[in-house]
Amino acid sequence: MLETKLSVEHVNMVFTRDAKSMPVLEEIDLDVRTGEFLCIVGPSGCGKSTLLNLMGGFLPPTSGSIRIDGEIVRGPDPRRIFVFQERGVFPWLTVEGNIGFGLFKLSRAERDRRIAHYIQMVGLKGFEQTYPNELSGGMKQRLEVARALAVDPDVLFLDEPFGALDSITRLTMRSELLRIWETERNTIIFVTHDIDEAVQLADRVAVMSNRPGRIQQIVDIDIPHPRDINSPRYLELRAGIYKQIGLAHQI
Amino acid sequence: MNSLAQPHKWERFFWPVLTAGVFLAVWQFSVVWSHTKVFPSPHDVEKGLISLARKNVLWFDIVDSLRRVAIGYSAAAILGIPLGLILGWYPAANQVVNPAMQILRPISPIAWIPLSIIFFGVGDNAAIFLIFLGSFFPIVVACIDGVSNVPSMFRRAGRNFGLSPAQLLLKVVFPAALPRIIIGLRISLGIAWLVVVAAEMIAVDSGLGYLVIDSRNSGKHYDLVVAAMLMIGVIGLILDLGFRWLERIRSVRWGFRHES
Amino acid sequence: MRLRPLAFLGALLLLWQIAVSRHPGHLLPGPLEVLRGIFELAQHGLLLKYIVASLFRVTWGFALAAVLAIPLGLLIGWYSRAEMAFNPLIQILRPISPLAWIPIAILWFGVGDLAAIFLIFLCCFFPLLLTAIQAVRSIPEVYVNAGRNFGLSPTAMVAHVLYPAVIPQLIIGLRITLGVAWLVVVAAEMIAVSSGLGFLIVDARNAGNRYDLVVAGMVMIGIIGWLLDIGMRSLERVKSFRWGYSED
Repeated sequence: MLETKLSVEHVNMVFTRDAKSMPVLEEIDLDVRTGEFLCIVGPSGCGKSTLLNLMGGFLPPTSGSIRIDGEIVRGPDPRRIFVFQERGVFPWLTVEGNIGFGLFKLSRAERDRRIAHYIQMVGLKGFEQTYPNELSGGMKQRLEVARALAVDPDVLFLDEPFGALDSITRLTMRSELLRIWETERNTIIFVTHDIDEAVQLADRVAVMSNRPGRIQQIVDIDIPHPRDINSPRYLELRAGIYKQIGLAHQI
Repeated sequence: MNSLAQPHKWERFFWPVLTAGVFLAVWQFSVVWSHTKVFPSPHDVEKGLISLARKNVLWFDIVDSLRRVAIGYSAAAILGIPLGLILGWYPAANQVVNPAMQILRPISPIAWIPLSIIFFGVGDNAAIFLIFLGSFFPIVVACIDGVSNVPSMFRRAGRNFGLSPAQLLLKVVFPAALPRIIIGLRISLGIAWLVVVAAEMIAVDSGLGYLVIDSRNSGKHYDLVVAAMLMIGVIGLILDLGFRWLERIRSVRWGFRHES
Repeated sequence: MRLRPLAFLGALLLLWQIAVSRHPGHLLPGPLEVLRGIFELAQHGLLLKYIVASLFRVTWGFALAAVLAIPLGLLIGWYSRAEMAFNPLIQILRPISPLAWIPIAILWFGVGDLAAIFLIFLCCFFPLLLTAIQAVRSIPEVYVNAGRNFGLSPTAMVAHVLYPAVIPQLIIGLRITLGVAWLVVVAAEMIAVSSGLGFLIVDARNAGNRYDLVVAGMVMIGIIGWLLDIGMRSLERVKSFRWGYSED
């Protein structure tokens, strides 16, 4: 029986601005298992990014609690790293500098070893001294993933990380991410509005409704990797989610 | 940008040289044609420059002006950058101080001359104080601007990796704000150079600004006046170019859009 | 919340008053004396007269500079050869403080209003020229190409592509340059004319060490400069100019 890494209990989130209150999340209950790859999908504005921010500790919930390893989440922590779109890499540091950013508590030797390891893993070998503004979008995204992995986090939060990339790079990045995950086995929580992406990557998919966001359904993707996107089971699961969100599957 | 073909490489030298040549020719011609006894021709200015250089007056004046700028400007940077960083980091503090700054800022350093003479007497210190005043506000404003424009994503990433607030300021906010701070420093140096010339015209008796006024007052040597003006322009340009060279350093280069 | 900046200003004024009352022989006036000085000027009708004189010079110098520098700058920015031609000349003239031009200004215009306006014109000309050049160069090429694609005549290009694209940057440049003009008018008046706020500062000191009037002049300069800046900023907020500020 896999243990629960992260649990969201009765979480509600209401934003107030100028005396107007906007409920964004409603009664979210979710358990994420250790080493699991969970995708959260939903239409734009349904609050999935807010949910991720809450899990990462960047916002406190209006009510309810979020626990990781049993402890209530009170703020950001290097054991749970957020990966943004590639804009999150620091432009004033080289590739090496970025990856080594979170490693300031380690010895010099250990830091260098880890940097080399993760440069290799994300395929940026040879670019150690390059600055981000000389890298392509896909490379910057890989850099950000490497920076996140270098501190050996338990949980990775990814908020539509491949959104700014072209569709071909996106496909490559998805297999890269899976490859890395299969080696490192961190718990990954991945937010996307691309349903194909979710079905290709995730162990489970949490489908959210329109604002105020609620978890409508949790779908188990029981196809082993590598997944054939033409297999009947894949298409069946995908159609199911489309239907859940209320979209027709013909254009 | 226009619809003509791409200019050739040689044109980069041809056009400015042509313009300069035309400018000098027109200048020379108008001096000759108007039979002015006072206004110098380009040739007069050249002779004036050489005579100043020979008498070493020019070098001493240049050094004096640069020295005053160096002291006043450094003081403004040393005090202004930390203040600007703090005000940018704590918007509440900025809100409190801002109106006072907005009223002090438009007061030309020159308007401070009588007060500065009260405090410092006539001489170097008064001039340096004026330079400090002129440089201080642009530096503070640029730092505030730089810090408050650091994308929140960078700050969040910093917190995520476990940085303390002090580390956050040093390792994330400051490097991210640095391009704008450097722009502020460059503009401020330009202002310092303008102020020193003005201050020297009024409050001291050495330096390039003094040379301009003195050349006129002690005999209407307009050739020396223009020669001094030329030196002022050239040195100001060199200072500005020096800074732009700084902007090409790789760890800040990302913050500047570079024109070809 | 809004009171805190006022409280800060009040605290500064209080400190100033205390410092002055503890040094009775000192030449520096306290805030109360300055206030009395302002009233005195207002009573004699001088306050308004001096403010108007300074504003008059700024307006003329600034307007002349804008009318000449902006079209010229737009032209130079548009034609790269023109930029190549004029850039070195501009770069050498620009760092020369307007005040260094005073002997020449007096030579050409004599002592008086015209010389002061000339100095204001000079100090506004180069920044506006450079702003216009920069504004044209940063027009995204897609706009220009779209214009060509639709077969726009040169006049139409200027009206529909160039003008809307450069306006936001020009307005910011105008605001900053107006601030510079205000700084320089004070300096120009201290030297070259016999009215205006800058003149007030010099004259008050020379004709009897009236430092209360000196500081009164400084305070007026600061306040009016601030008001000019606020005025220009409200222009930036006019809706039809706002598209350039989407990043805010």
